[in-house]
Amino acid sequence: MKADVSLISYRPKLVLAATAAAVLVVLALLPPFIGLYQTQLLTYGLIAAIAALGFNLLLGYTGLLSFGHSAFFGIGAYTVAFLLRDAGIRSMELYILIGIPVAAIASALFGYICVRHTRIFFGILTLALSQVLWTLTYKFFWVTGGSDGLRVARPTLLAGMVTFTGRDAFQRFINGYYYYVLVVFALSVVLMWVIVHSPFGKSLQAIRDNETRAAFLGLRIHRFRWVAFLISGTFTGLAGILWVPLNGLTTPEVLYWPFSGEIVFSALLGGFRNFTGPIVGGIVFTYLKTYAVATTEYWQLLLGVVLVLMVMVLPTGIVGAVTALANKLRPKEKSS
Amino acid sequence: MILLKTVDLHKKFGETRACDGVNFVVNKGEFLSLVGSNGAGKTSLVNLISAHLKPDSGQILFEDKDITFATVHERIKAGIARSFQIVNLFDGLSVFDNVALSIFSREGKSTNIASLAEHDQDVRNETLEVLGQFGLRAMSSVLAGGLAQGERKLLDVAVAYALRPKLLFLDEPTSGVSTRDKGQIMDTVSSVVRAGAVTAVVIEHDMDVVFRYSDRIVMMHEGRFLADGTPDEIKANKDVASILLGAPLSA
Repeated sequence: MKADVSLISYRPKLVLAATAAAVLVVLALLPPFIGLYQTQLLTYGLIAAIAALGFNLLLGYTGLLSFGHSAFFGIGAYTVAFLLRDAGIRSMELYILIGIPVAAIASALFGYICVRHTRIFFGILTLALSQVLWTLTYKFFWVTGGSDGLRVARPTLLAGMVTFTGRDAFQRFINGYYYYVLVVFALSVVLMWVIVHSPFGKSLQAIRDNETRAAFLGLRIHRFRWVAFLISGTFTGLAGILWVPLNGLTTPEVLYWPFSGEIVFSALLGGFRNFTGPIVGGIVFTYLKTYAVATTEYWQLLLGVVLVLMVMVLPTGIVGAVTALANKLRPKEKSS
Repeated sequence: MILLKTVDLHKKFGETRACDGVNFVVNKGEFLSLVGSNGAGKTSLVNLISAHLKPDSGQILFEDKDITFATVHERIKAGIARSFQIVNLFDGLSVFDNVALSIFSREGKSTNIASLAEHDQDVRNETLEVLGQFGLRAMSSVLAGGLAQGERKLLDVAVAYALRPKLLFLDEPTSGVSTRDKGQIMDTVSSVVRAGAVTAVVIEHDMDVVFRYSDRIVMMHEGRFLADGTPDEIKANKDVASILLGAPLSA
């Protein structure tokens, strides 16, 4: 018999919170064991995870495939570069505080145009708009540095209390920045988890499943999609903000469509029907790409093969497959 | 008391007149059946009233207010809800969430973004109450996509009912289910609707069901109203009989 559902059950949430905390502790303990290079790579992975997490609010929860999320990542990255070059700002907190509204405004503008459409039309529009941004960045080289891009020095952390100059600056930065990103990552995950489990998030899923019926619940479909787009773009923008100090340089590459493709790939790889899918996907993709590039000149071909295999063999992604396997291994508990 | 009134409503699809000057009146509190052969214009009429279609001409008045050009959203706010002939559910969400979403929407809570949906105890209690009324409570945590057809039909009605409308349109709530399940679905639906004092308009083909549950029956034929009366009056109406039997109309 099923337990009475009239009372809120906190047990599954405690288990979830404990698991998340355990993962966080493991991530926090990792750097001394894995060394500098791996720590740096993992930082990139966590940033990619934030980008994919934001992207998946649209794909997984709203049913809209954006092929232009590079735009918001790029806007985040270039905002930081401009703040440093034109305003002399070096504080990471200021980068985030100013960069997030900038990404949000850009997402709101793009979203306003795009959410009137769905399916392929939506995808093409997002692609087109991001390409416009890429072209502008590429052509207006006196503003953006063109294909040379813009350099970004190491920022100061925690309102200037932590600086990275002098001896061992690089090592200290990589380690310090890892924890910085880890905290922002954890906050992003919690925030997104609340959003998708809120009445708003559930309404998005309703719109995804059945737009007509959702309209007949009195939901204003376009507004919900628009807000989802705004949040999604802003998360991806935050990833761009975090990425550029680590990379030290931003070029128009991050606005180019293949980068949007990488975000889509990450979500598919991890599984866009699961909350944790894009997180796992973002991290795994970062490693996959890094090692593919290091191994072979034809790394794009290698990634292409992986993508095709993924879609054919594991259509629900890594997390989807693991979840299905876990469910299979304990059939006894299942009651229906 | 008149709840809804349409004045000379017209809708054409090409040369087909789906609604050809329909003057439809729904009184508060009644359980009304809309009958007629396929293509008579019943679903079109419901679509026009629920803003799923735009009329070519005519007027729709709800509680004496003109809603002819009101949006879907405005009509739902005003208190008009509907279920669908072909089940329209959120298949990727649980049975519970399907109903809870209606309640969140009605309460203006759909835009809450910073709290967990399942922590809203009021919505939770009401959702379980509605599911209980429709006999779906045991299925709360099942995905809507995994329900049997009869349960899906009931859930479709429950989702519309949870909006607590003043006027509820049910487009063939028993289509596609076995004769045995039909009675059960109609028993449930009519008792819930009557208990909630909701005015209901049901599109139905099965005349046994119609005669048994309706306060009033309106018959449509080729976009026009052919008959309007109590079940007994309709039973005695020769035109209705001839249409139902497929025979030519008496002159």
